[in-house]
Amino acid sequence: MDFTLSEEQQMFAETARSLFADTCTPDHWRRLMEAGQSRDPARWQAIVETGFTQLLLPESAGGLGLGELDFALIAEAAGSVALPDPLVESAGIASPMLAALAPDHPALADPSATIAIQHPANPFVADADSAATIILHRDGQAFVATRDQVRLMRRDSIDPFRRLFAVEWSEATPLGTGDWNLALDRGALFAAAQGLGLAQRAVDMGVAYAKERQQFGKPIGSYQAVKHHLASAQVAIEFARPVVYAAAAQIGQRDAFSQARISHAKIVALEAADQAARTSIQVHGAMGYSWEVDVHLFLKRALALTNCWGTPAFHRARVAERLFSRPAGPDQTFAREAA
Amino acid sequence: MDLTYTSEQQAFRAEVRAWMDAYVPKSPLEHYDATREGFEAHRAWEATLKSGDWGMVTWPTEYGGRGLDLIQWLIFEEEYYRAGAPGRVNQNGIFLLGPTLMEFGTPEQKARFLPPMASGDEIWAQAWSEPQAGSDLAGVRATAVRDGNDYLLSGHKIWSSRAAFADWAFGLFREPGSERHKGLSLIFFPLDAPGVTVNPIRKINGHVGFAELFLEDVRVPAFNRLGDEGQGWHICMATAGFERGLMLRSPARYQVAAAELAKLWQARGNSADPALEADVIRAFMNAEAYALSIYKTASALMTGSKIGPEASTNKIFWSELDIHLHRTALAILGAEAELLTEPGEHDWIDDYIFALAGPIYAGSNEIQRNIIAERMLGLPR
Repeated sequence: MDFTLSEEQQMFAETARSLFADTCTPDHWRRLMEAGQSRDPARWQAIVETGFTQLLLPESAGGLGLGELDFALIAEAAGSVALPDPLVESAGIASPMLAALAPDHPALADPSATIAIQHPANPFVADADSAATIILHRDGQAFVATRDQVRLMRRDSIDPFRRLFAVEWSEATPLGTGDWNLALDRGALFAAAQGLGLAQRAVDMGVAYAKERQQFGKPIGSYQAVKHHLASAQVAIEFARPVVYAAAAQIGQRDAFSQARISHAKIVALEAADQAARTSIQVHGAMGYSWEVDVHLFLKRALALTNCWGTPAFHRARVAERLFSRPAGPDQTFAREAA
Repeated sequence: MDLTYTSEQQAFRAEVRAWMDAYVPKSPLEHYDATREGFEAHRAWEATLKSGDWGMVTWPTEYGGRGLDLIQWLIFEEEYYRAGAPGRVNQNGIFLLGPTLMEFGTPEQKARFLPPMASGDEIWAQAWSEPQAGSDLAGVRATAVRDGNDYLLSGHKIWSSRAAFADWAFGLFREPGSERHKGLSLIFFPLDAPGVTVNPIRKINGHVGFAELFLEDVRVPAFNRLGDEGQGWHICMATAGFERGLMLRSPARYQVAAAELAKLWQARGNSADPALEADVIRAFMNAEAYALSIYKTASALMTGSKIGPEASTNKIFWSELDIHLHRTALAILGAEAELLTEPGEHDWIDDYIFALAGPIYAGSNEIQRNIIAERMLGLPR
């Protein structure tokens, strides 16, 4: 039993944090928003060079052969900058799914190519317009198509960096039966990990503002009403993070216990993100309600991620399934289905 | 990260379980705060625990422990609560003062105080708060006047948990004339020493769970001072860290209650009330999250980290989850929630009343939020 991150994992996370902090500043957000874009070519190139886009691919497919916990740390770092680029869905969900179905698919050989995924849990496909390949779903079967084989209809999201598309298609290359449940588990897990990053950044922004903004002759952060809002948001983060990490470490169990933990992580990490973003807006006062202060990006991303890769009701039902049909209690924290 | 138990850890769990199955009283003991008899029954249970060498498993063997690590401690606690074993009447000693003594005590003090603490021969109360010094603990006025190799303790302490029946207390006393955080010392005194008057105070459930203490020139040897003279505040904060951090409230306690709650819902719940079912699920998730967080903390401590201000997040989380969990149970019980329970029944209503104390003791949750804001987030005082 060991609940610590390895040195290598901490190093990966640090690499991701500093890369995103340098290449995804508020100036970058604003430039992309003005251009109506969600990708920054220079940043994407830097991401590709770190190996993050092939992190989950087996070494035989040119990947790093690392696991979901490693990628969750990257996703958490991505959340902390509300990363506009399609790293998490492409490298965290679509790539490993394609690799399982068609290990020799050319899209996997190009580390800078992105892959979009249509999943029954989601009504829309994110970043389909820039993807080299789109994984499609029909009656449990998986297919792939290129952009020009499908019809994309853009649906505008309140999150300026989410490029959503309704996809219509008739002809595509069949890949066989897809493991849509694993894709959903990864999607939910990495949404949760992003939620942690979103939440912490929103709290940090609120803290920075509360230290600086003066009213009645002192920083508003010295007033308990403000302190307690931010402290409560931090508590929510502290008790979501271990759930997300445990869910990532246990995802390979693929049983009712591990799926319930992923669902638990998804629920509480996005709740923490929502609470933190709303708290941060409140602490910023009218400034927080302005477009100019970037907290709104975190509110919007949290809102979007809350409802994709399974709604809270869906995930609550999975926790209920585990709670009401499997043993519960203090000796069951790390339970797994008998083989 | 490896979230599986080693075969040694599994064997240890089996060993604890077998012992608990054999020795845990079949019918619950009277509460230790209810009567002297209930208190003494719990002292006898501590002696039984000690006979199995389970007094305080993480302590070194020379002080009455087994020298086990924190993961083993968590496994022990899980099996302890799973078996429905009696509450630890000496928790002020074994969970709070014990770890503090281990860190700040001299070898002689450890040898004198730890073994009888582990065996329940000496049961401890806390004497920190005073009528004018609660959340603002640095305002304590009780004094310790040096007299040769002794101290003369005087003052008025209050809300001393277990003090109605306990043997010893540890308290915060100041050098006359000193102010605030300076000049404080942590000093032990026997509750039956000449000059100590103990007035039990009834809690809202009717139990004499705490007491007020009047001290009038109570003579104790300077040996009873933990750490240096004037170091009391620093030591006291370390104790509070243990209290809020890892030791005081085992996740297992809430995991047992959450599992019971799920059974209550399945037996009694109205499935047409999805909001109530969502609360049952929430209670389970909260208990799991707390357990995972404690495993994370225990792993970090085992690799050399220290408990910091994040301990305050624990205290907020468990105290609030406890209230939520029990409110959910009462909502399921509906009109029967108010009934006093028969012996042997799960006492949801009394556990709820107990849970209401959680946000107050061990530093109120308002103070914990200040600590988080100031020491974790860096907001100005």
